[in-house]
Amino acid sequence: MAQTVFAPWDDPQAKPLIQFRNVTKRFGEFTAIENLTQDIYEREFFSLLGPSGCGKTTLMRMLAGFENVTEGQILIAGQDMANVPPNKRAVNMMFQSYALFPHLSVWENIAFGLKREGKPKAEIDARVDEMLRLTRLVKFAKRKPHQISGGQRQRVALARSLAKAPKLLLLDEPLGALDKKLRQDTQFELMDIQEKTGTTFVIVTHDQEEAMTVSSRVAVMDEGRIIQVATPAQIYEAPNCVYVADFIGEVNIIDGVATSDGDGYRIAWAEGQEPFFAKTPNSFSEGQRCHIAIRPEKVAISAERPDDMANAVEGQIIDIAYLGNISTYHVKLTNGQMIKAQAANTRRLSRRSFTWEDRVWLSWTDTAAVVLES
Amino acid sequence: MRRFILIAVPYLWLLALFLVPFLIVLKISLSDIALSIPPYTPQLDLSAGWDGIKSFLSELDFENFTFLTQDPLYWKAYVSSLQIAAISTLLTLLVGYPIAYGMAQAPDEWRPTLLLLVILPFWTSFLIRVYSWIGILSNEGFLNQFLLWTGIISTPLTILNTNTAVYIGIVYTYLPFMILPIYSALEKMDGSLLEAAEDLGCSRLSAFWLITIPLSKAGIIAGCFLVFIPALGEFVIPSLLGGSDTLMIGKVLWEEFFSNRDWPVASAVAVILLLILVIPIVLFQRNEQKQREMDQ
Amino acid sequence: MRRFSWFNATSLTLGFAFLYLPMIILIIYSFNSSRLVTVWAGFSTQWYGALLQNESFLDAAWVTVQVAVASSTIATVLGTMGAYVLVRGGRFMGRTVFSGMIYAPLVMPEVITGLSLLLLFIGIGLDRGIFTIVLAHTTFSMCFVSVVVSSRLVSFDKSLEEAALDLGCTPFDAFRLVTLPIIAPAVISGWLLAFTLSLDDLVIASFTAGPSATTLPIRIFSAVRLGVSPEINALSTIMIAIVTIGVITASIITKRNSLAQQRDEQAAARTA
Repeated sequence: MAQTVFAPWDDPQAKPLIQFRNVTKRFGEFTAIENLTQDIYEREFFSLLGPSGCGKTTLMRMLAGFENVTEGQILIAGQDMANVPPNKRAVNMMFQSYALFPHLSVWENIAFGLKREGKPKAEIDARVDEMLRLTRLVKFAKRKPHQISGGQRQRVALARSLAKAPKLLLLDEPLGALDKKLRQDTQFELMDIQEKTGTTFVIVTHDQEEAMTVSSRVAVMDEGRIIQVATPAQIYEAPNCVYVADFIGEVNIIDGVATSDGDGYRIAWAEGQEPFFAKTPNSFSEGQRCHIAIRPEKVAISAERPDDMANAVEGQIIDIAYLGNISTYHVKLTNGQMIKAQAANTRRLSRRSFTWEDRVWLSWTDTAAVVLES
Repeated sequence: MRRFILIAVPYLWLLALFLVPFLIVLKISLSDIALSIPPYTPQLDLSAGWDGIKSFLSELDFENFTFLTQDPLYWKAYVSSLQIAAISTLLTLLVGYPIAYGMAQAPDEWRPTLLLLVILPFWTSFLIRVYSWIGILSNEGFLNQFLLWTGIISTPLTILNTNTAVYIGIVYTYLPFMILPIYSALEKMDGSLLEAAEDLGCSRLSAFWLITIPLSKAGIIAGCFLVFIPALGEFVIPSLLGGSDTLMIGKVLWEEFFSNRDWPVASAVAVILLLILVIPIVLFQRNEQKQREMDQ
Repeated sequence: MRRFSWFNATSLTLGFAFLYLPMIILIIYSFNSSRLVTVWAGFSTQWYGALLQNESFLDAAWVTVQVAVASSTIATVLGTMGAYVLVRGGRFMGRTVFSGMIYAPLVMPEVITGLSLLLLFIGIGLDRGIFTIVLAHTTFSMCFVSVVVSSRLVSFDKSLEEAALDLGCTPFDAFRLVTLPIIAPAVISGWLLAFTLSLDDLVIASFTAGPSATTLPIRIFSAVRLGVSPEINALSTIMIAIVTIGVITASIITKRNSLAQQRDEQAAARTA
């Protein structure tokens, strides 16, 4: 069973494909990447996630060879990339704008890189056909880029960058230009192709849902630094700081002061209120300021105080956001703090049990929340 | 290496055939006329080394420029060039604006054709377009024939070989330069702005004055410079349509050079013409810069 | 909402009449059988015949075409290089001087350009003839080419070049295989512009042409100084006809291409 889990980053024997060693990148006065060290392994689907301007695109462009490293080293398969120009790297990139050559047909676009290598014609033909089949574009081979739809263009760009069978494929916001429905379908297609070809994918995105769906690991970036690198589940369930917790999904943050109690901590959060109790692997000194981060879906909402929950608090419903499958309740606690709680709408709207102004109890277990340092 | 060649080739070409020639003009403008070939002294003698350069520099003087200020011919030529260029620019604006405005208001499907009609003369020979007016403006020309026939006048008007003919020639040949920037400014304008202005109580005329004109200001300014700058140094129009008393600096330079063979004075005339041009060119650049920044 | 009023219609009609009547009159009277150019005496094509017999015009036309083809071709190469340097060159020593030298000739009065080049040619002892006119025309028209091409390059998606590099092109191959084919329409219009500027130029050619080489504009200018002549009308008509046919054909081709592109895009969007 242990063998089927793909986690080379936990294996000290595994050799990383890409190594960033103390990489710093400056544009004049501006520091885009600051002293960054990170390994990426073969066959990974690695996401760089962050707001615009966080340095994720710069990181990717350094891998492709379009930007030089100011300080530090980038190694690909153990080789220092410092003086290797983009055209000599076994790395290909799928551009955000797709960058399809408008004067060439779909077929010629895909064959472009292969022709540069000077491969024999038969080999090129075979490889292009393979790529066309992989991306379901056989029908469109003779068309020019402006004669196909956005989703098809995206697949041409993918086929073109995969044609040379690179060790590493870089994808810059690959789905950014597609509409939401198409994007979701394409995400699965992308994962499928990654699995089939066994290529290492590094993807840049600002869409956290996309990163969560496709990646083996996600690196959350901010201001030129990687804040946390972990699997999507870990990032979501165990963020290492308020920034990550807040960036991925919705979260309630409650400020408090920790006191050790048995195998967990009591966290005093408001005058005259019972402290919350939470179990956490993080350790805090007595009286240390901390934050409780709890996801809305982990907060239960009920009319009566539940007996079996470690934490319960009373409040009043201020707002209800009906999202179809679920509803989000905005509940105001007695000290004025707003808490969001989500409940699945298993019943019809008319039979819903809570409405505006209702007084309700919010509750959660001792392991539901994450306690984070200030 | 390739990057070096890419930069060096056009760079050296322009250096050798644009900047160096201009420095030569500057140098000759500071030299004296002489009855030799080439007809000016001193010659820069680099074989004499540093002394050669020193003696060369010591012989340069501003005599030609002093001469230009003393002879009223040049002074008048500069003033009259400025005057002719300014009046023609204004006339071009008055003729061009309604055309540009009409084009911007025209139905969408007409506009490419109208644009083509404005650009077409621009591709046609400048010389021919100027020439076509000689037959119209002469004493027995079509304009006089027409006016005599309608009975508006009883004796032919003298238009050819006067400043009026020069104005007409400049307006005619530079009209596309005025229309195009104004049209592109007007075309970008959102039509609902005028409706909003009228909705807020403007009359059509005041809406035009308060909304359309300010919004096309950049186009007007660009158009005016595009007409004024080349008109100032114009040679063909004054020499074909103007009279012997039409003084324009381009024509004076030409005559100084080809007829009088006074190269130092011709060069000095050129230097001053350029100095005069620097002001409108800098202003024009600023206007363009401002426009680009606003577009971003 | 656009409102096309009577005022607009009138100003357009008068405006285009002003632009086109002189040329129309010129064309009509090129078919006049009388030598008196302002009196209509009946239809005739004799002046075209006379033109074809006129050796000096034919020689001048041949010189002009040679100069125009040579100078516009060299100017297109140099101007495209210049545009590339301006837009993609990054920083290098003397960049400001370079861009100044690209833009200055656009506003430089022709008399000054002509004078300065003549003084250069005399200074270095270069015999004046077709070669010197080509040098002169190349210099000022390459700047026009640069402006046309650089305005296209500015809107050029840089990631296309990066994609080419990424797929294994050298920078030169990326330019040859990707950039150049895409900016080709701008390069072609640059060439056409340079070609017409050269065909059209009187002043610079007058300064830089020696006695051995007379271009058509120089020939026309010396003829029309003496007044209107029916041969010149005929010659003008031919030149106007060539330009008109050229420009209209070009615009029809462009329009057809952009329509086809639009249709394709709509079709692609529907099948998506």
